[in-house]
Amino acid sequence: MISKRIAVGILAVAALQLGSCKPKGAGSAVSGDAAAKTYVAPGKYDEFYNFVSGGFSGQLSVYGLPSGRLLRVIPVFSVDPEKGWGYSEETKPMLNTSHGFVPWDDLHHVEMSMNNGVADGKWVFVNGNNTPRLARVDLTTFRTAEIIELPNSAGNHSSPFGTENSEYIVAGTRFSVPEDGDASDVPIDTYKQNFKGHISFVSIDKNNGEMNLAFQLKTPGINFDLARAGKGKSAGWFFFSCYNSEQANTLLEVNASQKDKDFIMAVNWKKAEEYVKAGKGTKQKVKYAHNKYNEETHTATSTMKNEVTVLDITQFPDLVYFIPCPKSPHGTDVDPTGEFIVGSGKLAALLPVFSYDKIQKAIADKNFEKEKYAGIPVIKYEAALYGEVQKPGLGPLHTEFDDKGNAYTSFFVSSEIVKWNIKDLKIIDRKPTYYSVGHLMIPGGNTKKPFGKYLVAYNKITKDRYLPTGPELSQSAQLYDISGEKMEMILDFPTIGEPHYAQAIPAELIKDKQVKFYNINHNKHPFATKSEAEARVERKGNQVHVYMTSIRSHFAPDNIEGVKLGDEVYFHVTNLEQDWDVPHGFGVKGANNAELLIMPGETLTLKWVPDRIGMFPIYCTDFCSALHQEMSGYVRVSPKNSNVPIKFSLGEKPKAAK
Amino acid sequence: MKNKVITTLCLSAAIFIGACGGGDQSATETQQTDQPAGTTAETSSYDPKRGEGKYDETNMVVGALDAAMATKGDGISATKCFSCHKTTDEKLVGPGWKGVTERRTPHWIMNFITNPDPMIDKDPEVQAQLELCLVRMPNQNLTEDEARAVVEFMRKNDGAK
Repeated sequence: MISKRIAVGILAVAALQLGSCKPKGAGSAVSGDAAAKTYVAPGKYDEFYNFVSGGFSGQLSVYGLPSGRLLRVIPVFSVDPEKGWGYSEETKPMLNTSHGFVPWDDLHHVEMSMNNGVADGKWVFVNGNNTPRLARVDLTTFRTAEIIELPNSAGNHSSPFGTENSEYIVAGTRFSVPEDGDASDVPIDTYKQNFKGHISFVSIDKNNGEMNLAFQLKTPGINFDLARAGKGKSAGWFFFSCYNSEQANTLLEVNASQKDKDFIMAVNWKKAEEYVKAGKGTKQKVKYAHNKYNEETHTATSTMKNEVTVLDITQFPDLVYFIPCPKSPHGTDVDPTGEFIVGSGKLAALLPVFSYDKIQKAIADKNFEKEKYAGIPVIKYEAALYGEVQKPGLGPLHTEFDDKGNAYTSFFVSSEIVKWNIKDLKIIDRKPTYYSVGHLMIPGGNTKKPFGKYLVAYNKITKDRYLPTGPELSQSAQLYDISGEKMEMILDFPTIGEPHYAQAIPAELIKDKQVKFYNINHNKHPFATKSEAEARVERKGNQVHVYMTSIRSHFAPDNIEGVKLGDEVYFHVTNLEQDWDVPHGFGVKGANNAELLIMPGETLTLKWVPDRIGMFPIYCTDFCSALHQEMSGYVRVSPKNSNVPIKFSLGEKPKAAK
Repeated sequence: MKNKVITTLCLSAAIFIGACGGGDQSATETQQTDQPAGTTAETSSYDPKRGEGKYDETNMVVGALDAAMATKGDGISATKCFSCHKTTDEKLVGPGWKGVTERRTPHWIMNFITNPDPMIDKDPEVQAQLELCLVRMPNQNLTEDEARAVVEFMRKNDGAK
């Protein structure tokens, strides 16, 4: 049976090759045992959780590796009607900003919380690129636990990269802008004078993960792309890739690509921390939202903060150094030893590898260019350089590492992954991707201890890879086996949104720590209803509060009368179930809102403003039992001036309200 | 014509054996590590003077400038080309158009603007251009008539009478 399958496979591959034999053609790159390498039998678990950015969906997707199975889409920066995220009264504050409620963002990058340079499986941090924000997702609940907005910023792209113990997660602005405040109304062509970059250092509480905007670095007005903290000996440093050192403000495609070299900006963040502790920063009045989800009240709160400490890097001569890097660098990736920093100039025809030791020596020797850049010393290129990988490919973007001293770089323009040796800088292997790879990812490949088994390429273009679906095609990921000398593509799967960056960690770090349900006795929601005996309806002026419970397979109450036009109805639904995987949904006809999806032991609130008189069914939206279809009820809406009293019931004659 | 097809098929078969043969891949692969994937496409059947596509000197013949057609081409180019190309010799996203009809034959241009993807993969000069521009010229789906009008505009831009 098995041999038959393999035989058919070989025939199929052979046929494909005959039909479309060319190196760039699809289909010819997969060998016979690829299916066996990615096959995870029904009921078996994957080896890794893969957290993949959802790009312009604003969400975070979770895939299993090596199967490529989609396990979950976690709503973060965008509303998600499927889960009621941003629709329930409890979750609306999570999307609050200084601009008010912002229902969407563009999620680019992913960073696992770290301990001693390896992921610890507690949290995953993600960035919002549009309305600059940083979010923390809790990996016991797979929910967004916290979102913090970033002042003085625009386009939080250089984020959410972290230090080796997650002391700080950084957030560097992609678009430099004038500082927030009254002086920000300036002509655009005064860019060079008035536009500044800001890099936020957000500290992370080791115990509960809470984020705090500790300080910002104010920089010359350039664009920050990506970043990496050092490791081991270089752990006290942060490396940011910078482009638009031309400081162009129009047609950047051309005008920000003029110089042969832009920069990697090396920041001594330990030093910055010392300065801030010594009170050296300037306090600036700003406005930014800090939103937290409370697992006991099942409710988010949004607090507006109004101050940030800013260090102007031009005022602290030993804080920041620029390292020339060809040309518009994207990746700035630190190898597992902390010694090598790989710059990926996306318009460059080579890959520079910088040496941490040489950078330190150059700083000690003041081996700088004659001219500073905007007041900041520029280390001489050769003084920082370990060596160059020559002719690696076209459009290098991003590099990660295996556990054997090799680096893997993605090439957007030439659509390929290139494996090379960090020490001798020789190219070992190259494999095509389909097509136009952005980031790549090796589980642990950004840490001190990579798992050199798989590599995933996250592609921007899929063109002919899958059955076509109109003008918009899904984007894709391709999985490679990198355990051998040569890389081997073994799987190809579509993704949600645009998969920018991703990280993966062993399932063992996460899977046994899952919250299965919320203990109903610990539910501190002010509108919780902990038994059907407490279920009731109360009127307060024109507000009608329904204290409702759900359990397989009914709501209590399920008949409600006395609601009038002009009322605001709040359904506070508590799921009384105390078992895993039994959420109940809740929908109301005509509500200008989404559904609720209530986990066991949780209380959530749906606001409904009826627009007409009549009968409005309510029902459970998430199939819960054989009698799920019966899990429904009615709400009667009467005219504004009617004298129908509040009444509610379940399975009996209506009772009058208290 | 039939002969040509057969030759191409033979060549493809030869390439298939050389570059994709399942049995002994190692030699090929070692060679390939020196070259980006974008430059590894088969080139032996490719004629850089003609390009790849429908056109050759027999079916793309130019004469005196057709001013009306050139004007039409100008309009088409405004929508489909001028976001990335200037009519001077200045590079924007792609190279400027000044002098393009002197550097290239009319049928090469017709092939390139109607069938860019295979030519970007195969044409050595286009590959070199890609290393400078780093953006693949997209297929703008010009019809035959539109492409012809664009070429007429390019000729006018280069001073053809």
